[in-house]
Amino acid sequence: MVPTNYYLILSAIIFGLGVVAFIFKRNVITIFMSIELMLNAVNLAFVAFSQAKHQSDGQVFVLFVIVVAAAEAAVGLGIIILMQRVRHSLNVERVDLLKL
Amino acid sequence: MTPQLAIFFVLAALAVIGALNLILQKHPIHSALSLIVVMIALAGLYLLMGAEFVAAVQIIVYGGAIMVLFVFVIMLLNAGVEEKTNISKLAGIAGVPLAVALLGFIAAAIARSNDAAQAGVESGTLASTKEISTMLFKDFVYPFELTSFLILVAILGAIVLAQREN
Repeated sequence: MVPTNYYLILSAIIFGLGVVAFIFKRNVITIFMSIELMLNAVNLAFVAFSQAKHQSDGQVFVLFVIVVAAAEAAVGLGIIILMQRVRHSLNVERVDLLKL
Repeated sequence: MTPQLAIFFVLAALAVIGALNLILQKHPIHSALSLIVVMIALAGLYLLMGAEFVAAVQIIVYGGAIMVLFVFVIMLLNAGVEEKTNISKLAGIAGVPLAVALLGFIAAAIARSNDAAQAGVESGTLASTKEISTMLFKDFVYPFELTSFLILVAILGAIVLAQREN
């Protein structure tokens, strides 16, 4: 029997680390991975609440979150490939103009 | 300490160490591999909670498909060690207080939570896979259909973005 609070605290810690990675990292692929980390932290909170309240809604939401994350990864990595092809760099600071 | 609590602490430590390693590593491929560790640890936590379907989906879709996509793109673009610039120091100065403030807000919200949240998660099979599927195809059938449309749009977008202009 693990208290629900423990899961929520773990979820908050992982989300915070994701935010820190999002702010600190300069490589666009690593920034993308930190977004996935934050989504995972939210999923953990969803499942913890779902099991604590004895309702399956939370787990259905987790499925939707995973689907959206997969779609986001496909489009985002396409954008990253385009960025490397046009700017020849993966550093976010070198991509600060909308036009070429 | 019950065995369940011990397993929780081992998996939680694994997840936090993996997330820390993601920040500390300089090379994107090392960050990607530590992110896989976090995802496997979270799948173990889902199993501990008795959400076996979500645990399986986590390993197959996240640990499998999405992370393979990431590693593939890192290798395809031959991404190297990230470079440090002046703006990254600025991000550190502005970012640390911001992250600490966010964590403080979340911690305060959890500390104020009621007794129901402290009751604990039983490791029984409360929400079976059958129950999830019934809910998914009955109550959430329109969002489910919308996600298929979303995936179609994502496929088209990825093809349009990644194709070479001639």
